Amino acid sequence: MKLSLTVNGTQHDIDVEPRTLLVHALRDTLDLTATNIGCDTTSCGACTVLVDGESVKSCTVLAASVAGQSVTTMEGLAQGDTWHAVQQGFRDCHGLQCGFCTPGMVMAAVSLLAENPKPTADDVRHGLEGNLCRCTGYHNIVAAVLSAAEASK
Amino acid sequence: MIPAPFDYVRADDAAAALAALGEHGDEAKLLAGGQSLLPLMKLRLAMPSVVVDVSHATDLRYVRTDGDALAIGALTRHCDVAADKTVRQELPMLAHVAELVGDPQVRHRGTIGGSVAHSDPSADLPTALVALGASYVVQGPSGERVVPADEFATGFLETVLEPDELLTEVRVPLGVAGWGYEKFTRRAIDWATVAVAAVRRDGETRIALANMGPTVLRAAAAERALATGAGTADAAGSADEETEPGNDVTASSDYRRHLARVLTGRALAAASA
Repeated sequence: MKLSLTVNGTQHDIDVEPRTLLVHALRDTLDLTATNIGCDTTSCGACTVLVDGESVKSCTVLAASVAGQSVTTMEGLAQGDTWHAVQQGFRDCHGLQCGFCTPGMVMAAVSLLAENPKPTADDVRHGLEGNLCRCTGYHNIVAAVLSAAEASK
Repeated sequence: MIPAPFDYVRADDAAAALAALGEHGDEAKLLAGGQSLLPLMKLRLAMPSVVVDVSHATDLRYVRTDGDALAIGALTRHCDVAADKTVRQELPMLAHVAELVGDPQVRHRGTIGGSVAHSDPSADLPTALVALGASYVVQGPSGERVVPADEFATGFLETVLEPDELLTEVRVPLGVAGWGYEKFTRRAIDWATVAVAAVRRDGETRIALANMGPTVLRAAAAERALATGAGTADAAGSADEETEPGNDVTASSDYRRHLARVLTGRALAAASA
């Protein structure tokens, strides 16, 4: 089926099977491979992207369902050479170890801060409950998100 | 994992959804937020030949006060139920429970009607809605009918919905005097190992149990005990009577019975406080 997907501000007209999941449209059709597939069962959050600014697990959304909406992936966060505050926070606080969960963590954090710009550490931990870090590096991830919130004041 | 092939129909309002269901009958499956259906389709446990996507049917996305009830459109997402000012003020239990579903990503997609129609016995919202005495508005080719929440589920993932019917609205009576919701999970985003909802209104207490059988169940023995003057501790002790909890990797049936009794005690204490 023919679909029009707007990803990171660019409209793409693609032709995919109806059963194509959003994560596969992003990675395989549009070659946007920042978004990772982890568990593929709506648990780990590695595939988190934004749809109209809200976090979703792209392994559990049909590409067809978000036709006409605005999708944002990790590739779309930076403005030119300037990183997004959450990206900068992850760098400053060493918020990643192996990096596999990072794109999903960052996108989930962007959505969290849009809904709650001044979270407590507890808010961040609960707000990221849908994202698993296989290195268990949660301490610095929480610090990174709090740092981004502070920097965005 | 990729679902089996299907034809995709997008229905952007209730009328279009009913027309699509009328055309495709039991070959079709409605896709609301897809947070339960898509995982089943990826595992090939569900293989509908037609998917009718109602996720953009905004005429079924609303919260409004209607007489002495709150009317919630079936496609209202969990995040919207949790954040809605009227829900938070009039039915704080429902806002609280909506926030316990899955994780933020799931709550950005999942809908109250989708959760109800999916009818998973371990799901939070159907459990809360049974205790709240909700009813469900169902539209079909011959018009509208209203089904009480505790008569809706007929078996594991099975409901009274006919293949050509659409759940359009959840109606919840106002006037809750006290409530408690106790959910036990081993990990943050898990389905309930067991959950208990207790709602007190007009001198009567309703107790609903999640994951204590193939459907959400009323704790009938505990409700009867309360109605005949038993204390909450005695009533909670009978919460697992007439239930048939499963044995699985998460918990044994005996452990689930224990949880039902303990969590009912806590939910009743919260509802009486």
